[in-house]
Amino acid sequence: MALRQAAIYGKGGIGKSTTTQNLVAALAEMGKKVMIVGCDPKADSTRLILHSKAQTTVMHLAAEAGSVEDLELEDVMAIGYGDVRCVESGGPEPGVGCAGRGVITAINFLEEEGAYDEDLDFVFYDVLGDVVCGGFAMPIRENKAQEIYIVVSGEMMAMFAANNIAKGIVKYATSGSVRLAGLICNSRNTDREDELIEALAARLGTQMIHFVPRDNVVQHAEIRRMTVIEYDPKAKQADEYRALAQKVVANEKFIVPTPLEMDDLEDLLMEFGILEEEDESIVGQKAEEVV
Amino acid sequence: MANLSKEETQALIQEVLEVYPEKAKEDRAKHLSINDQAADTKCVTSNRKSLPGVMTIRGCAYAGSKGVVWGPIKDMIHISHGPVGCGQYSRAGRRNYYVGTTGVNSFGTMNFTSDFQEKDIVFGGDKKLSKLLSEVETLFPLHRGVSVQSECPIGLIGDDIEAVSKASSQEMGKPVIPVRCEGFRGVSQSLGHHIANDAIRDHVFEREGAAETVEPGPYDVAILGDYNIGGDAWSSRILLEEMGLRVVSQWSGDGTIAEMEHTPKVKLNLLHCYRSMNYISRHMEEKYGIPWVEYNFFGPTKVAESLRKIASYFDDSIKEGAERVIAKYQTMMDEVIAKYKPRLEGKKVMLYVGGLRPRHVIGAYEDLGMEVVGTGYEFGHNDDYERTTKDMGNATLIYDDVTGFEFEEFVKRVKPDLIGSGVKEKYIFQKMGVPFRQMHSWDYSGPYHGYDGFAIFAKDMDMTLNNPCWKNMTPPWKASAEEEQQAVA
Repeated sequence: MALRQAAIYGKGGIGKSTTTQNLVAALAEMGKKVMIVGCDPKADSTRLILHSKAQTTVMHLAAEAGSVEDLELEDVMAIGYGDVRCVESGGPEPGVGCAGRGVITAINFLEEEGAYDEDLDFVFYDVLGDVVCGGFAMPIRENKAQEIYIVVSGEMMAMFAANNIAKGIVKYATSGSVRLAGLICNSRNTDREDELIEALAARLGTQMIHFVPRDNVVQHAEIRRMTVIEYDPKAKQADEYRALAQKVVANEKFIVPTPLEMDDLEDLLMEFGILEEEDESIVGQKAEEVV
Repeated sequence: MANLSKEETQALIQEVLEVYPEKAKEDRAKHLSINDQAADTKCVTSNRKSLPGVMTIRGCAYAGSKGVVWGPIKDMIHISHGPVGCGQYSRAGRRNYYVGTTGVNSFGTMNFTSDFQEKDIVFGGDKKLSKLLSEVETLFPLHRGVSVQSECPIGLIGDDIEAVSKASSQEMGKPVIPVRCEGFRGVSQSLGHHIANDAIRDHVFEREGAAETVEPGPYDVAILGDYNIGGDAWSSRILLEEMGLRVVSQWSGDGTIAEMEHTPKVKLNLLHCYRSMNYISRHMEEKYGIPWVEYNFFGPTKVAESLRKIASYFDDSIKEGAERVIAKYQTMMDEVIAKYKPRLEGKKVMLYVGGLRPRHVIGAYEDLGMEVVGTGYEFGHNDDYERTTKDMGNATLIYDDVTGFEFEEFVKRVKPDLIGSGVKEKYIFQKMGVPFRQMHSWDYSGPYHGYDGFAIFAKDMDMTLNNPCWKNMTPPWKASAEEEQQAVA
């Protein structure tokens, strides 16, 4: 099969890296050849696959060697569970430098060095939660990720973030071939969460590709720096990730999303009782004025 | 050719504007005008963003700070912080002459840069800057301070150059001055001048431990905004000294940081380039009560006028001194004018320069019997144009941030005998067969300031305008065709 490149976006802390690595582990178990490219200066996108604290990153190696041109592919790529290839772009500590440029440099390097070879089935880009600048949109520009999965939960801010990411996709979809491939609901056990995300997906013109229930085994595995697939292959949760993997493999629903206007999104949230009807009379009222 | 009338000039502007799309036409129309000495309203809109798609001659804030204001301070090291190009391609291009041993106690023509690489962008350049500063101290121990001139990426990645500068300054016991002159700030180099002035205010005047170098005296003056291009400041200060003033500070051309530090103690600030140093002059007026006076040392008329104006701030001994100086050079000036005026009289000039010369050199041309029929500023503001109106004849052309297209079209129609502008314009107009002088760099000549400078100015204008090469602009194979045509006619 031809190489498929996918990018995983979503609100910070929603579980992108955990979901991505479990999904990738499930794909590897099926015999797929997969590469993960971490696009976050924290460099925590490959730890469960590699059983390491944080992989040495492209940018740190480049800084040590002098420039990125001094590096070879094997310097930056590590092989983990199920022969999954792992690369972390890396970047600066918070508060200095330009993390976005780090992502751009690292991805250009991977392309030039031929990291995307023909026997790969999938590449997954695990991208920093907030797409704060052009650098973090790098994975969805021309000739890179064609399909985007948004990890979301039934919490209000997670859905706002998903809608905003959909807006970003529209921009790049009109100039390139990137498409929204679905929402992955990483459950937070909120009320009617599956229905809500189904409804949001429908409004965006996409699908909820899978509902991943909450299960402590994920944390148990994570403490051991492992995916559930590897830590406890018989766990019920492992089957959930396998189901997600099957659906991703079979997925053909790639669309240009139709992001919601703010009012529509708020209506949707109210419909599900997450957001109260706004009481305009209290806006700007101080505590002392409240009777 | 005869001067254009007001109506003809208006028609010319309309005709030139015609090629622009509607929105661009509307915008550019505000920047082009006909001079009217009687008008008290502003003549053109200025200091606005250039239009995308046109050829503009403007520079950037970094050019204004590093290239103009800070760069000529000779005993300091000016670091171009960022990728190598900004510093390297602007190195030593402005002809700010200085006395000193380059690489030992003077650094004017050298390029110091942090030479950013990809990793410096990603991880920040603070550590590299810190290392560079300590290397500078080791390799060039006689420097008297450092300025850190920010290139664009510094503002984008948020490097804390203030913190690094402060720490390094304490370490080496010399001033290290951070300047936030990222090129993308503002619409031209003009904001860079302002930013550089503010850095002088905050880091030079207010610096603790600045040495007391000169005992203040009653006739102390500072020359501000003379960049000593081709030696301009030197031919200026001798006149001031001859009239009895003591020039204790001169910046930034051939200037030192000690002179800058001492300036708040002078009696009068003499301001040549108003555009680039009015900010610091106003600050010294407010904070230290030092008056400032604009002067113009181009051409004997303006020199004499300026000497008298400067003297008016002092007692009779200085006023007498001014008259003495004017009288002393009168004969020499008469000779220069007698020699060159007959060769230049009636010739028409179009100018397009930076922030001062579009008005300041008018008098020098007039002293030679020439007339400036069009002028404009790259980065002037309203107050510059207000100062220009009375110096230009009625119905002459005024063009702000002129585009390549406009300038060429104006020249084709106005047909000046001489154009004075920059190196980017030079070869275009020379190929059109129009005599041209670079009026930023004095075309590798100078000085042009003061009485000595005027003699050189007059000679250069004559040499350019009356050069025999202009008679040979038509190649032989075309010349014969033209002759035939004339014969037929």
